[in-house]
Amino acid sequence: MSPVATVKTLKIDGRDVSGRQEETILDVARQNGIFIPRLCEMDGLSDVGACRLCLVEIKGQNKLLPACVTVVEEGMEVTTGSERLNNYRRMILELLFTERNHVCSVCVSNGHCEMQMLAQRLGITHVHFPYRYPKEEVDASHERFVIDHNRCILCTRCLRVCDEIEGAHTWDIMGRGIDAKVITDLNESWGTSETCTSCGKCVQVCPTGALFEKGRSVAEMMKRRQFLPYLTMMREENE
Amino acid sequence: MTPEELDQIAEDERAEQGKYTERVNVCVAAGCLSCQSQSVKDALDQEVGSRGTKDRCQVKGVGCMGLCSEGPLVSTSNGILYKKVEAADSPAVLDSLAGEPVARLVCPTDVPFFQRQKKIVLENSGVIDPERIEDYIAANGYTALIKALTEMSQREVIDEVTKSGLRGRGGAGYPTGLKWSTVSKSVGAQKYVICNADEGDPGAFMDRSVLESDPHRVLEGMLIAGYAVGASEAYIYVRAEYPLAIKRLRNAIRQAERVGLLGSNICGTRFSFRVDLRLGAGAFVCGEETALIASVEGKRGTPRPRPPYPAMEGLFGKPTLINNVETYANIAPIIRNGGEWYAQVGTEKSKGTKVFALAGRVENTGLVEVPMGISLREMVFEIGGGIPEGRKFKAVQTGGPSGGCLPTDCLDMPVDYESLARAGSIMGSGGMIVMDESSCMVDVAKYFMDFCMTESCGKCIPCRVGTFQMRRILEAIGNMTATEQDLKLLEELCELLKHTSLCGLGQSAPNPVLSTLRSFAEEYRAHIQEHKCPAGVCGQPAGETL
Repeated sequence: MSPVATVKTLKIDGRDVSGRQEETILDVARQNGIFIPRLCEMDGLSDVGACRLCLVEIKGQNKLLPACVTVVEEGMEVTTGSERLNNYRRMILELLFTERNHVCSVCVSNGHCEMQMLAQRLGITHVHFPYRYPKEEVDASHERFVIDHNRCILCTRCLRVCDEIEGAHTWDIMGRGIDAKVITDLNESWGTSETCTSCGKCVQVCPTGALFEKGRSVAEMMKRRQFLPYLTMMREENE
Repeated sequence: MTPEELDQIAEDERAEQGKYTERVNVCVAAGCLSCQSQSVKDALDQEVGSRGTKDRCQVKGVGCMGLCSEGPLVSTSNGILYKKVEAADSPAVLDSLAGEPVARLVCPTDVPFFQRQKKIVLENSGVIDPERIEDYIAANGYTALIKALTEMSQREVIDEVTKSGLRGRGGAGYPTGLKWSTVSKSVGAQKYVICNADEGDPGAFMDRSVLESDPHRVLEGMLIAGYAVGASEAYIYVRAEYPLAIKRLRNAIRQAERVGLLGSNICGTRFSFRVDLRLGAGAFVCGEETALIASVEGKRGTPRPRPPYPAMEGLFGKPTLINNVETYANIAPIIRNGGEWYAQVGTEKSKGTKVFALAGRVENTGLVEVPMGISLREMVFEIGGGIPEGRKFKAVQTGGPSGGCLPTDCLDMPVDYESLARAGSIMGSGGMIVMDESSCMVDVAKYFMDFCMTESCGKCIPCRVGTFQMRRILEAIGNMTATEQDLKLLEELCELLKHTSLCGLGQSAPNPVLSTLRSFAEEYRAHIQEHKCPAGVCGQPAGETL
């Protein structure tokens, strides 16, 4: 961070706000308590702009821009929650629900799931696309953790935390399009992975019940993410 | 390599070629090779040998002559073009060099297919031997590079390209001069030049043909670009499905290095340039510039949000110039003849010529280079020679899976970037697939959606799941099981993908559906309401659809 910070002033949803020049719209919105939905973004990890839920309207721009990677500019006028945006967001979430087998009532993350909370917040009462009902695997070979591909939304938070914070790069993606899936090492079972340090960071950042700890009940299966901003902060101080 | 040395090579080569009084050119690009043109060339070689005329008759392998549907093509020094030549025809072809043409093989060249073309990019295709740098140099090759390096400043090169009005030939049509100027102004000691040769649109083969027929032209364009923007390293990202293009590019790079046109201190200047090949592993999305860059870096080929644009932060985080094969192929003639010369051709906003791969239901399929602004009717009915078997024209598909289907009432529209965009399609890289009444537009839309679904990288949700859902609906329409509700969902999904997808692949994936929905709504209705396919395609056993 440079000693002299250039500050930009802008409007988000009609409110006058300000942010440093390297901050994104999402950063500034969060500081000001303005809610923008997102599933792939996580404070402390690199941004990929993949879930498309944080798209916002910017006055004078034809295109919708992802708030997580768009840096603030002087005089910007941002709308975060128009009817059109929320319509798109509902459709994107609905598409996610149809993609794999998201059955909240039998999910270990029921009540603590980011996708479930977003769906409730955006008022999704039903899904009007047909479900795919794919046959997905569950890998419980790791002694402490489980990956249930039925609940994975391919947000790639696990990849990023493993690569960027833990430095192991155990997780990756194989296949493409609708056949893409996260894998450990070269698609070997998690339990025999030679690179996995069993740190569990991937489990804690997973927004759904795709990654969870063994031996915990639904009520106990809360994701603990306090470590992430702390680690990032400590590293920045060391640099 | 000094300018004098280059002149010497050109003179030597011209003198060498001047020794021959007769010449037979055989097309050895992929189209003709696939119908055995190599055996024709071998037979001609053998025949010349057995006649003992090797010292005055040259048999030369050359690049694409355009009319691929009539291959193997052979042209002779007395100006005759022969089509569908077989190895057994070689004595007759050689006899005709000093006598009457072989009537049964003659391919008339006074037809619109040849007459309406204007060749800038393809000026050497079918004329020079793509595997010999000397032949390219004898055809004024690398003189533009020498001119740029010795007589022009970097600024002047960019100004000339800007003046030419050249726009990116990869699809989006971004002004090339502006892109070059942005990269040249970006700060950084290390910059890169990339040539996008990951041509993937179904039915498109312009870039392949240019690389196979005249690889040095692309290298020269990249060298000039490198000089103009201040880059010293370059990559050509070419798809592995083009083995012949790769072979000829490798050969061309080696030759250029040997004569000192690639490497350190080119022409005794401070300019150094190195070119490497990177082979694509079969992903369509790697034609998208940010995905291409990731792939060159050795990462998974997925796009990332822009900005930052590659001109600012590209390959390895450095300023990077990415242009398409055909764009680079236009550079040498622009520098040689000046930007104003180039800007005389074409329309007000779309300058120059464009190479199109004409395919589908037309008499003449192959590669054509035409001035921008030519009408679709001329393309299909004059150059293309119309629809075979007396069938009726239905639509022409431009721009591949990102483009749209243009119906009869668009026939008189000029082919340029703006007009095509207004009509709901895009120029794209230059694929042009003609369809007649035997094609079902729902089936066509399904074909392209299927393509987008299997080629989606899976990074963003709208494209990954949206293309799957759209393909499912189009399949249901094809099976006559869809309802009005499905059609409404399809339209909603089109809008969602267009506005929320991460990259161009997802954003333009709805185009084939939207354009057919707009122009051929009655076909969709017939499938849904009357449960029948007007073209009689849907509900049939699976087969070739386009």
